[in-house]
Amino acid sequence: MKYLAQQAINALQLGSIYALIALGYSMVYGVLTMINFAHGDVFMLGAFFCLLLIAIVPVPFWLALIVVMGATAVLGTLIERFAYRPLRNAPRVSAIITALGCGLVIQNTTLGISPYARPMPHLLDNVTYQFSGITITTLQIIIIGVSVGLMIVLDFLIRKTSFGMAMRAIASDRATVSLLGVPANQVIAVTFALGAALGGAAGLLYGMAYPVVSAAMGITVGWKAFVAAVIGGIGNMRGAVLGAFLLGAVEVMTVAVLPSTYRDLIAYSLLLLILIFKPHGLLGKPALHKA
Amino acid sequence: MHLHFRPLLTALVLNCILLTSCQPSKPSVKIGINAELTGEMPAVGTSCKQAAELFIEQINKSGGIAVGGTKLPVQLSVVDNSCKADQSAAAAQRLISQEGVLVMVGPDASSCAIPASEISESLGCLMISPWSTNPKTTTDSTTGKPKKNVFRACFTDRFESPVLAAFATKNLHAKTAAVLYDVSSEAPTSQSTLFKEAFEKAGGKVVSMETYSTGDRDFSAQLTKIRESSPDIIYLPAPYNDTPLIAAQARQLGIKAPFLGSDAWSSPDIIKLDTGKNLEGSYFCNHYSTEAATPKAKQFIADYTARFGNAPDDVAALTFDAMTLAANSIAKAGKVDRSAVRDVMASTRDFDGVTGHFIYPEGTRDPVKSAVIMQIKDGGFHWVSTVEP
Repeated sequence: MKYLAQQAINALQLGSIYALIALGYSMVYGVLTMINFAHGDVFMLGAFFCLLLIAIVPVPFWLALIVVMGATAVLGTLIERFAYRPLRNAPRVSAIITALGCGLVIQNTTLGISPYARPMPHLLDNVTYQFSGITITTLQIIIIGVSVGLMIVLDFLIRKTSFGMAMRAIASDRATVSLLGVPANQVIAVTFALGAALGGAAGLLYGMAYPVVSAAMGITVGWKAFVAAVIGGIGNMRGAVLGAFLLGAVEVMTVAVLPSTYRDLIAYSLLLLILIFKPHGLLGKPALHKA
Repeated sequence: MHLHFRPLLTALVLNCILLTSCQPSKPSVKIGINAELTGEMPAVGTSCKQAAELFIEQINKSGGIAVGGTKLPVQLSVVDNSCKADQSAAAAQRLISQEGVLVMVGPDASSCAIPASEISESLGCLMISPWSTNPKTTTDSTTGKPKKNVFRACFTDRFESPVLAAFATKNLHAKTAAVLYDVSSEAPTSQSTLFKEAFEKAGGKVVSMETYSTGDRDFSAQLTKIRESSPDIIYLPAPYNDTPLIAAQARQLGIKAPFLGSDAWSSPDIIKLDTGKNLEGSYFCNHYSTEAATPKAKQFIADYTARFGNAPDDVAALTFDAMTLAANSIAKAGKVDRSAVRDVMASTRDFDGVTGHFIYPEGTRDPVKSAVIMQIKDGGFHWVSTVEP
């Protein structure tokens, strides 16, 4: 019991980070039906922006989080404006290739500037708490807390504000929405900014939890978060969060009860099964075919 | 607009072709370096490249390698393999068929050295891996016989793992051990299997054997499982940049058992990345130590430090030895010919290097040489003992 409770905490931490990244994939897909493959690298830059910031001025964690989210939001907007918007009406495969290209440019620029893995400085006093044999650290509480907090804010934004309504409207029919006077380009730009800000926050939290930062750190995590978004039903925000926590739980629990060598095999076979029975993901709806 | 660029581009491309085809006709010998300059372990590739550069500078200062009475200057061709299997093979192909190297030194990581060795075999070019400890690098896996052209400058996992297992049982009095390793990487997998074998032969018991995949950062699930089995020691044959993460997560979970590591820990970067000092007091097996250096090694350490501003790690020392072996073979062969150089290397029995005395028993490609046990203490590597074969 104690053992499984500890593993559940591990799963929550992993799931929270996957969820923050998965949201970025899902939001962009929602408005543009395009997969932003550069997102994993924006995530990686979140950690690097934090390193850079701390090297210039030692700031407390909260301020670092805000600055990093701001910086990645600007980056996300720039990527949208200069790489994706010119291709918005191009064949979908061109947009995907552009996204992959953007990711590679970001990754290799970072690699060029910093080929070495770098240690992440301590932003917080990390205290380990013991509850009858179960350990939880300040960092884990903050990661889970900040992630859940950001997700609640985002959910409110999408469901209760006029911006959220515009975003959902664009997702269902971009052409008509533009005719009705909604500034579609602005809404799309803000969506990218929000997605990138969440990715940046995830990068910072991830860097703190796993304090070795390198240019390649976004690859594996980015792919896993993308898988989580698809499992949850890409385009659906609550689905992305559900998929992420599910993936985190499956990964950790497979290791918990089976030999760890089978982790990826079992985790991904299970996810494949979900897709066979629910091809649009857990909460995804079949796409409406437009004429 | 881009039409205007086309003639310019054509001119540029033509220029490149012309320039490469009109290379200086002055005779020289070329040694290739196939190194991990980017990717998972850039510190390893950098050490390899720097040591090779130092060697070339020193030998060219004396005029080069004496081949059949004339001294030929040595050129270095460095290619990055990104620490990836496919790119290592491509780098080997490029060095051997395009750059026309006489000997290839590298790759260092076993996951890279094994595929590169296949290229060396098929193209018939001597390859010396400074740092790859996996037995498969020099052994043909289908026949079980040594490969014809592939040698190494380090001991193999068959020696290293029993040394560590003996140290764990005798010096640390460990009765139980846990192992956590990257199942998708060659060296850690073979080291873990051989460690388990040796540790259990010495009377211990491996209570937990857990794995992860390259690129993983979260080891909490595996470590929680290891915590349940409460081992006396934890063997982590992980590279220098994964180890600090594993150690930090283990300590956070309240695991107090000491860590034991492989030679993949030996880059000083491991200490830089270990900001939480979680590795303090841990032991690992290494190829040489700056603290137990022979006069020859002392000279090398002084030269290297003067040139690059930091002390050479084991990859640098082994690369220097591999370069010396290559240069000696070229000189002794007396001609610029790949198969003659390879034959001389195959007939080499004894060699005194920076990393100690090498003996290549007849028909093998792996030197018999000593290992050292090191401890991480007060933010540095400290020599504990030397283990003779």
